[in-house]
Amino acid sequence: MLNKNYLEISQVGIEFATSGEPFRALQNVNLAIAKGEFISLIGHSGCGKSTVLNIVAGLYNATEGGIILEGREVDEPGPDRAVVFQNHALMPWLTVYQNVELAVKCVFKKTKTKAEIRDWIEHNLSLVHMEHAVHKLPSELSGGMKQRVGIARCLAMQPKVLLMDEPFGALDALTRAHLQDSLMDIQQRLDNTVIMITHDVDEAVLLSDRIVMMTNGPAASIGEVLSIDLPRPRNRVVLADDPAFNHYRQQVLRFLYEKQKNPADKNAVAG
Amino acid sequence: MSATPLTKPVLSKKAQFRELFNVATLRLLMDRAIKMLALPGFGILVFLFLWQLLANNIITSLGQFPGPNQVWEQSKSLVTEHRRERSKETAFYQRQEVRNAKKLADDPGATVKIRSYTGKATFLDQIFTSLLTVAFGFMVATLVAVPLGILCGLSESLYRCINPIIQTFKPVSPLAWLPLVTMVVSALYVSDDPLFDKAFLTSAFTVALCCLWPTVVNTIVGVASIDRDLINVSRVLRLGSLVHIRKVVIPSAIPLIFTGLRLSLATGWMVLIAAEMLAQNPGLGKFIWDEFQNGSSNSLGRIMVAVLVIGIIGFILDSLMLALQKHLSWDKQATLR
Repeated sequence: MLNKNYLEISQVGIEFATSGEPFRALQNVNLAIAKGEFISLIGHSGCGKSTVLNIVAGLYNATEGGIILEGREVDEPGPDRAVVFQNHALMPWLTVYQNVELAVKCVFKKTKTKAEIRDWIEHNLSLVHMEHAVHKLPSELSGGMKQRVGIARCLAMQPKVLLMDEPFGALDALTRAHLQDSLMDIQQRLDNTVIMITHDVDEAVLLSDRIVMMTNGPAASIGEVLSIDLPRPRNRVVLADDPAFNHYRQQVLRFLYEKQKNPADKNAVAG
Repeated sequence: MSATPLTKPVLSKKAQFRELFNVATLRLLMDRAIKMLALPGFGILVFLFLWQLLANNIITSLGQFPGPNQVWEQSKSLVTEHRRERSKETAFYQRQEVRNAKKLADDPGATVKIRSYTGKATFLDQIFTSLLTVAFGFMVATLVAVPLGILCGLSESLYRCINPIIQTFKPVSPLAWLPLVTMVVSALYVSDDPLFDKAFLTSAFTVALCCLWPTVVNTIVGVASIDRDLINVSRVLRLGSLVHIRKVVIPSAIPLIFTGLRLSLATGWMVLIAAEMLAQNPGLGKFIWDEFQNGSSNSLGRIMVAVLVIGIIGFILDSLMLALQKHLSWDKQATLR
């Protein structure tokens, strides 16, 4: 039973106040997402991808339109829409365990016993393979490990939607590939609904059910939506030589570099 | 590094151990001893030499300016005076006890009076009074400054309201506050059996008024510069205001709060001496003032002892705060000085 309108981004537009005229970042953004779907948002820098994510998270309020989750409008942040931040956003004074605990206690304080909470924290840390470092501080971990903990913290909240803001952008290529595989594996098992922002075309095609490509700002909107009908589980090595995979890649690349030229390039020509 | 020959002669375990100890360890110990003891020691020696040289050339109306030697003599005599005063006190209480016991033996129904000793405060007593006063003033300042700083750091509007007031009062000298504080304490602290001396309260509140500001300002900066992402995490988790302050704001701001507290304590200790001079709180400030008024040939030497004691106590207070900061701060990599 696939509810196509599990999460609905409806007629969303947003204006930011500036010293001069208000800046219109987004206009007429519409998207319906099904439960368990993995969506990637891709587009050039400054096109408003993060703004869309922040509006879904409730961290920004849309000027027009709104977000409907399971038939209800949401306009403030909440643990049902957990956010994985680009720079992990772990509390540096808390250990790995305590960081996850902070989130778990907020969500499950009334419904789980102490022992259940402990088991749940440990379970989620083992999902991201961090059970060996539960009592370390974030400063003692590598960038990839910190991001794993950030993901575990969000998974542990059992959110309705998992929002990821370039979760692997700050990592080196090998670590990134490793975490992408972990994420695919976890998503396969838990059937999370995910919206992920990315700059990486390969990452988008490999992970997504649909890729949402955004036009350049100001007044950015959704340009095209590409469904990726590749069977799961997906294997990056096998797919690297798969014509369908490469075709999808080319379609995204064509959108980004032919239909929506990088605004920085345009300026270079004009200037 | 020590030069070790490429082909080593075969040595017994004991000899190997001895060699290792002799060359490498010894050198390390030497290095450390030079850094930690010899260099500071050398600096102090040069200072003492220059001090003596200068002192020899300054003649005041109270005699020659005290050099290290006279100061050392005076510090010893201050300690001797303290001991003498203490033994006098003990003797007084013993005499009183004997007298009372005798009175009771003669007449079991007699009422005995117990009088407390009213000798003059010694230098060591005065140090203790000063420490107590600064501790009280600093505590009052902290209790006001940290919450105020947190509130102003959290709310931009509140900050805009209060900032002009902070900036106006921050540069005010303790000597300007003191008359006002004195009058206010006299007017408000009326009690038949006062727990605190008025001079003590006046000094402590003057200290508090002057050492409030570094903590307020640093706390505001610390709270206002919390990582945006961490605030967003808190919003996503829907932490209540108090939990947010306890779990996110205070830990984030702790390093800067402590920077402020250290500056405040240093300011407070500095202000205290001036406040005690004028308020006549029996601490180090009063000691200096009394010696100055006394004007004996020993006075300058005794004042110089007080100067050194004030400096050393200030140094120790700052080291204690630094140790506390290191203990409480989560960022163990940060180099704190």
